[in-house]
Amino acid sequence: MMRFLRRQGWVAGLLALLVFLFVVTRLIQPGYGSGDFGSLARAVLPYAFAVAAQTIVVIAGGIDLSVAAMMALTSVTAASMMNGASEEYAFFVVPFVLAMGLVLGALNGILIAVTRVPDIVVTLATLFVLQGAALLVLDAPGGAAAEWLKASVVGTMPIPGLADWADAWVPKALVLLVVCLFVIWIPLRSSRLGLSIYAIGSDELAAFRSGVPVARIRIVAYALSGLFAAFGGLSLTISTGIGAPIPGPYLLASVAAVVLGGVALGGGKGGLLGPIIAVFVLRLVRTDLTLLAIDPNVTAIIEGAIMVVVVMFGAFIIIRGRPAGATP
Amino acid sequence: MSSSVTMPEPASFGRRLKRFMADRPLIPLIILLIILVAILQVLRPGIVNERWIANTAKFAIPLAILAGCQTMTMLTGGIDLSVGTVATMSAFIMATQIVNQNPTVAFILAMLPAVLIGLVNGIGVGVFRVHPLIMTLGTSLIGTGFLQVYQRTVIASGASIPDFLNWLGTGLTYGFPNALFLFVPVAALIVFTLNRTGFGRLLYAVGDNERAARLSGVRYWQVITALYVISGLLAGITGLLYIGLIKAPSLSLAEPLVLPSVAAAVIGGTSIFGGRGGYMGTIVGALILTVLTTLLTILQMPEGGRRILFGFIVLFVTAAYLRIIEDR
Repeated sequence: MMRFLRRQGWVAGLLALLVFLFVVTRLIQPGYGSGDFGSLARAVLPYAFAVAAQTIVVIAGGIDLSVAAMMALTSVTAASMMNGASEEYAFFVVPFVLAMGLVLGALNGILIAVTRVPDIVVTLATLFVLQGAALLVLDAPGGAAAEWLKASVVGTMPIPGLADWADAWVPKALVLLVVCLFVIWIPLRSSRLGLSIYAIGSDELAAFRSGVPVARIRIVAYALSGLFAAFGGLSLTISTGIGAPIPGPYLLASVAAVVLGGVALGGGKGGLLGPIIAVFVLRLVRTDLTLLAIDPNVTAIIEGAIMVVVVMFGAFIIIRGRPAGATP
Repeated sequence: MSSSVTMPEPASFGRRLKRFMADRPLIPLIILLIILVAILQVLRPGIVNERWIANTAKFAIPLAILAGCQTMTMLTGGIDLSVGTVATMSAFIMATQIVNQNPTVAFILAMLPAVLIGLVNGIGVGVFRVHPLIMTLGTSLIGTGFLQVYQRTVIASGASIPDFLNWLGTGLTYGFPNALFLFVPVAALIVFTLNRTGFGRLLYAVGDNERAARLSGVRYWQVITALYVISGLLAGITGLLYIGLIKAPSLSLAEPLVLPSVAAAVIGGTSIFGGRGGYMGTIVGALILTVLTTLLTILQMPEGGRRILFGFIVLFVTAAYLRIIEDR
């Protein structure tokens, strides 16, 4: 039990923070109920996928600056493919866009492995490229999404055997998020591949000497990141009904949530649960600010400031953990 | 017999070319620039005349100053992605404050956010050791938020471009753009600072080997803070120049210059990992990009295609320089 608490202490603390924020929200707005929770889950969806994409790469010891641009590209691709097409066509669009994310993500990894240029530069370059490609697909927000896809994130999930009042707290968006993330994450974590991802993030040389194919694992990590980003792009299209070629603020948000979620920016540590809870915390802070009737633009400033402070704090912890005078 | 031992082996042509590129990056860059101009002349005979050159210079100068910010920050292994927001803020505040204030007050008000953002960047990077990319991206988000709030307060008063900035941005003196009056001293100062002053050497030292610099008594955080404040100031001045050139204050005025400014510094031979490069190459890089943009406009390449190309240029050039260094 103590061991569990020590290992999961950070996540448990975050969870407590989240519960505390819910209480605060109820105090500000006594009417905050299941419907609002549903819209929170919908708002969290793209952020959560962006964070999952960032988390897996950060655990592997890298960073992916192209997350937001990848989401923009996959979002506009899905929106323009579904524009004017039949409902059934979307059954083809979804796997196509996900495969596109997987391949483009793998391309990031391959470029890093082949050119030996540091990940931060490669993903900066692919950030430009993906942004450009998104503008080529759609030069202004537009497109459409299939109705059944839109319906898949609205409303609640009827669960047999659960009382109606409890069922109201299970929005479809949340179910979708949990299913998509954990169907990939849990098998991965317990597999050899997942272990290898942690290994290259924690000590690349040691991993290499223990027979981990470092380059290949890194490519897989970036490919999975691309896949999650594609989920994020799809969820953007689904929840807004259109695709926008200009990337949202998902890059900074994903890095902030990764840091807040207890994943060390050096790699090799942390899990997916912490960052996901961190996303809920960050979104709920925004909800509270809105409920307090603060100007949305001021909210953007406060949110940006919180994210910068979180990242600063995370970086500060890293220096404290190092011997004095060491380079980061 | 012994001559083969004492004489260095004649290097292959490829190696010699590489070494030449590494030692004198300016010459191949200027050759590239001339080739681009020649292609332009072939595609549109007669386009290259006195007016075209003045026009190219006018558009290259703001880019070159912003690329100067990137050059200096990249020498320390950093990057400054907030230059676009900083330039936009200064330009927008200048254009709106000049309506009711006297020019000096408006100028001071316009430069204030530039210095502040630079200071926050510097403290975040220098003291808290946040990655410069994340830090400057965060401050640029916060800056954009502030600008949106500010825009609301001045929406009634309107905006105007001061005559002086008009003159500086678009005017010609004996066929030379007036912007040169600003650019030549700024460029001379940057080159002088980098090559002839202690501060410039500190930048190279910190970027080349931070640990060694620190152990030899360099106060890392002071150097970095000063650097980012200077970068912010330069970006603010560029904003004022750019508003005189574009003449339409908007909230995304200088954003399109950010990616090219990074690309210009990289093309100019400044290493994105720090310690190597200089400002002269960056100036030629900015000219190359401006000519390239004209060329792409003539070829009717859309904005998206341009971004893709810039992304590939950054990646390719970084990979090429990496090979050159490894070979030595």
